[in-house]
Amino acid sequence: MLSALIFGLPIGFLVFSFITILCALYVVTNDNPVFSVLALILTFFSISAHYVMLNAQFLAVVNLIVYAGAIMVLFLFVLMLLNLSKENEPKVKYGWHFAAVFAAGMLLIILAASLHKSSEQIMRNPAQDIGMVKSLGKVLFTDYLVPFELSGILFLAAMVGAVLLGKRDKNNETEAGDSSNNPS
Amino acid sequence: MNTDSIFSSLDISHYIYLSSVLFCIGLFGVLTRRNAIVLLMCIELMLNAVNLLFVAFSSYMGDSAGQLFVFFIMVVAAAEAAVGLAIIVMIYRNVRSTDVGLFDKLKG
Repeated sequence: MLSALIFGLPIGFLVFSFITILCALYVVTNDNPVFSVLALILTFFSISAHYVMLNAQFLAVVNLIVYAGAIMVLFLFVLMLLNLSKENEPKVKYGWHFAAVFAAGMLLIILAASLHKSSEQIMRNPAQDIGMVKSLGKVLFTDYLVPFELSGILFLAAMVGAVLLGKRDKNNETEAGDSSNNPS
Repeated sequence: MNTDSIFSSLDISHYIYLSSVLFCIGLFGVLTRRNAIVLLMCIELMLNAVNLLFVAFSSYMGDSAGQLFVFFIMVVAAAEAAVGLAIIVMIYRNVRSTDVGLFDKLKG
């Protein structure tokens, strides 16, 4: 059944799906967080390739800039700042792994079983230019103008929150230093 | 690459399967990992699985609303990553660890 699912597909889809799933598995199974970040960047690159194949060129570029460029660099900076490595990676019991595989596999079966008929129900109307900046921008600045402005406010709030959370409190400096020496 | 060929030669169910698998891999990571930063990365993975499904449906139907929704999901994900990492750095200063098993100070 699996071979019937795979044969006859476009080679680009096969290659990039393979890279995506392999890198995603590497992200969740690897013990070193820095390698996880690098594998996640590769995953985002192959997802961008999927976007290009799906005629969503604008989102492919935005995905690269925002995810692979900004968010992942932020993760990498924090990892380097906290000096985490393989040695102080917390250990998990093996029974927990089996339970997680079971839960995720059950969810996969349910998702696949409930969605595999849905392809017959959607309308097929692939247009050539909906993924370009011109048409997306036209819709964004007419129908979705209010959510766009709200996302600006959200970014401002996130920026203020991140700065406030990341700032050291001058008054509690000595107290925090004491509590870090004897954690309990 | 002739992008028109994808829509005729590839059924959308393959994209559904691909993003289901990606979502379940992210869920597996959330359930097994204890490092808070890796947990955030697994959540990003799940968000990207949903994004891929949104783009696939949007492109097959020729409706640009799905792609705009992906745009807003990216906005929220960026804000979430910034605030989440700031919280993790703040907790690391107090606990000297990013193990989520140690973050039980709020437990009564």
